[in-house]
Amino acid sequence: MRQSKMIELWVGVFVALGLVALFFLSMQVSNLADYSADEGYVVKAYFDNVGSLKVRAPVTMSGVRVGRVSQITFDKQKFQALVELRIDPKFDNLPEDTSATILTAGLLGEQYISLSPGGSDLTLQQGSVIDLTQSAIVFEQMVSKFLYSKAEGEKKASSSSPVEKNGSNAVQAEPVAPAAP
Amino acid sequence: MNVFIRLGETTLAMLQKLGRSHLFLLHVLSGVPGILLRPRLLSAQVFSLGVLSILIIAVSGLFVGMVLGLQGFNVLSDFGAEESLGVMVAASLVRELGPVVTALLFAGRAGSALTAEIGLMKATEQLSGMEMMAVDPIKRIVTPRFLGGLIAMPLLAALFSMVGVMGGFFVGVGLLGVDDGAFWTAMHTHIDFWDDIINGVIKSLVFGVVVTWIAVFEGYDALPTSEGVGRATTRSVVFSAFAVLGCDFVLTALMFGDA
Amino acid sequence: MVTASDNALFGAAQDIPAGASLAYNRVPSGWTAPNDSPAPGNSDEVLVAVRNLSFARGERHIFDGIDMDIRRGKITAIMGPSGTGKTTLLRLIGGQLRPTAGSVAVDGQVVHTLRLGELYELRKRMGMLFQSGALLTDIDVFENVAFPLREHTRLPESMIRTLVLMKLQAVGLRGASRLMPSELSGGMARRVALARAIALDPMMIMYDEPFTGQDPISMGVLVQLIRQLNDALGLTSIVVSHDVHETAAIADYIYLVSAGRVVGQGTPAELADSDSAWVRQFMQGLPDGPVAFHYPAADYAQDLLKAR
Repeated sequence: MRQSKMIELWVGVFVALGLVALFFLSMQVSNLADYSADEGYVVKAYFDNVGSLKVRAPVTMSGVRVGRVSQITFDKQKFQALVELRIDPKFDNLPEDTSATILTAGLLGEQYISLSPGGSDLTLQQGSVIDLTQSAIVFEQMVSKFLYSKAEGEKKASSSSPVEKNGSNAVQAEPVAPAAP
Repeated sequence: MNVFIRLGETTLAMLQKLGRSHLFLLHVLSGVPGILLRPRLLSAQVFSLGVLSILIIAVSGLFVGMVLGLQGFNVLSDFGAEESLGVMVAASLVRELGPVVTALLFAGRAGSALTAEIGLMKATEQLSGMEMMAVDPIKRIVTPRFLGGLIAMPLLAALFSMVGVMGGFFVGVGLLGVDDGAFWTAMHTHIDFWDDIINGVIKSLVFGVVVTWIAVFEGYDALPTSEGVGRATTRSVVFSAFAVLGCDFVLTALMFGDA
Repeated sequence: MVTASDNALFGAAQDIPAGASLAYNRVPSGWTAPNDSPAPGNSDEVLVAVRNLSFARGERHIFDGIDMDIRRGKITAIMGPSGTGKTTLLRLIGGQLRPTAGSVAVDGQVVHTLRLGELYELRKRMGMLFQSGALLTDIDVFENVAFPLREHTRLPESMIRTLVLMKLQAVGLRGASRLMPSELSGGMARRVALARAIALDPMMIMYDEPFTGQDPISMGVLVQLIRQLNDALGLTSIVVSHDVHETAAIADYIYLVSAGRVVGQGTPAELADSDSAWVRQFMQGLPDGPVAFHYPAADYAQDLLKAR
C-alpha cells in the first residue's frame, strides 16, 4: 500500500511538472499571453500596398504595442488592401485623425503598423476608419527609386555621352509608373 | 524467379502483420473504458513509462538546448542577428526537436522496455495464464501501458522543450552575452501559441500513439522465446524511429507546409 | 498391485459406469474414431466430454479423433510421451485453441462454440496450473493469489486478505506471502500458482506437467496436495504428465495418448497389468519396445560406409 502511494505521488509530481512545462511554453515562450481574444475594438485602415504585413503583426504607438492586425483583405470597390486593427481596450482615447504607417523592423525584419496620434478631440471607435495611411515601402521600389535619382543626378552632372543617357532614360521610365502589385 | 517468390512472401507477411496490428489496436482501445474505471493500473504505468524517463529527457533536453544556443549564436552573429537566438532555439525545440527527440528517446528508454516486458510475459505463459483466469491480457496488461505512454509522451515533450529553452537561455544569455530582454521578447512575438505550441503537442500525442502502439504490438506478437523477445525489442526501437521520423515529415508538411 | 481380469484390456474397469465411455474402450491398434459423436456431456458424472477431437497445426496432426470422459470428483491423468500435445489438449479444453474437428464440452457447454463472454464465465470455474507456474513476476505472492479475486470480485480488502491467506495456508505457503515470484523455488512457485488456481473455488483444475523438474520432496508435496485438494474441495482434476509413478499414485483413471490417439485407458492397476506392449513399455519405462530406441534411419553399417 505504501508503495502504491509513492507511485501516485510521483505520477502526480510528473503530471504537474509536465503541465508546468506546457504552461511555461504557452506563456513565456509563445504569444498566448498577448492573445486578448475578442477584447478591444476594431478599426479599419486602407492601404495601397501592405507589403508583407501579416495577420497578428503588432500595432504600435511610439514603439509600444497597443494592438494587433486582426485581418487583411482586399477591397474590390476601392482596389485597396483593407487592414483591420484590433486595439487593446485600455487605449480607448486615440484621436480620430490618427495616422497609420506600415514600417519594417530593422532592415529586413517583420513589418508592423505604427500609429501616430493626431489632434482631434473625437476618438476612434469600433468600426472607425483611419484615413491617413502610408503604405509599406517595398524594397524593390526603394532600390529603383534610388537608381533613378542617382541616374538623374548623373544626367545633370554630365551630358557628354548621349548613348548612355538614352539607355538610362529607358530604364528610368519604369519606376515612374505605378508599382507592380 | 525465386527472388520474386521471396519478395511476394515478404510483402504478404508484412501486410498480414499490418492487419494484425490494427486489429490488435482495436482490441487495446476496447479496453480503455475498463481501465479508466481502475486508475490505479494506469498510474503504475505512467510511473514506469513517464516518471522513470524524466531524467533522460531532462538531461537530453538541457544539452540539446545548450548546443542549439551555441550553434545558433555562431550562425546568427555572422548576420548581426543575435537577438533572434531565443526564437531560433524555441522554434526548433517546440516545433521539431521537442516532440521528435523525445519520441526517439522514449522509444529507446520506455518502448523497448515495454516490448521486452510484454514479450517475456508471453514467453513465461503469464499472458496465457491470465487468459485461463478469465482475464483478457490485452485489456488488463496492454491497454494501461498504451494509455500510460499516450499520457506520458506530451508531458515529456513539453518538459524537454522547456528544459531546452532554459539551456539555450543559459548558454546564449549567461555565457555569450545575448541581451536578456531581446532573447525573451523576440521569442514571445514569433512563437505562436496555436501554430507552434499546440501543433507541437499534437505531434507528440501522435508520436505517443505510434511508439507505444509499435512497442506493445511487437511485444505481444513476439515469438515466445528469449531470442524472439530480443528480436522484437530491436524491431520495436527501429520501427518506432522510422515511424516517428516518417510521421514527423507528414505532420510538418500538414502543419507548417503552407506557411 | 491390484490384479485385474485378463480377458479384457481396458473394458473391465469396475468403477466405470455403463454408458458412452464403454464404447470407446477398444484395443489401441484397432481403435478408430466413431463418425457420429454422441451428444456431449450426456452424463451428470462426466464433467468434460471430449468427442472425436482433432487438431492440426499447419500440416502436423496433433490429435486425430480423440474421445475422453473426465469424471466429476475424480483425478484423471492424461499421459503420454513428450511432444504428443498433452498441453495442447488442456488448451483445447480451456478454449484457448479451436479444434479442427470434433468438440470439447465442459459441464455441458461446447467450448469452441461459446461466445467470448460465456467462455470467460466458464474459465472462471476452471483453474489451470501451468508448467512454469505463470505467476505475474511484478507482484508478490499475496497479490498473485489475490489477482483473480480482485479481477472478478468486488470483495472488501479484509475479505480478500482472509481468502488469500486461507488459500496460501492450504498450500503451506502462508509465511511466504510477501516474497516475490523470483525468490521462490520452482516447487514453491507451483504451489503458489495452485493457490491462485483455487482462489475462485473452481469446479475443476488442470495441471500441466506438475511434477516436471521437481526434487523428490517437492514432488511428494505436490502429489499430496493434488490429491488432498481434490478430495477436500470436491474438485475435478486433470493431470497431464509423463511421470508414471507419481501420476499412477494419485490418478483415479488414466488415458494414454500417443501419436494423436488414445492408445490405452483404465485405472492405474489395469494399465500396469496391460498386455499391450506399448502400454507396458510406457508404464514401466523400458528403453526399447514398440517405441524404438532408434529414430527411423537407414541401415547403420551402410550409413557408415557410405561415401562422402
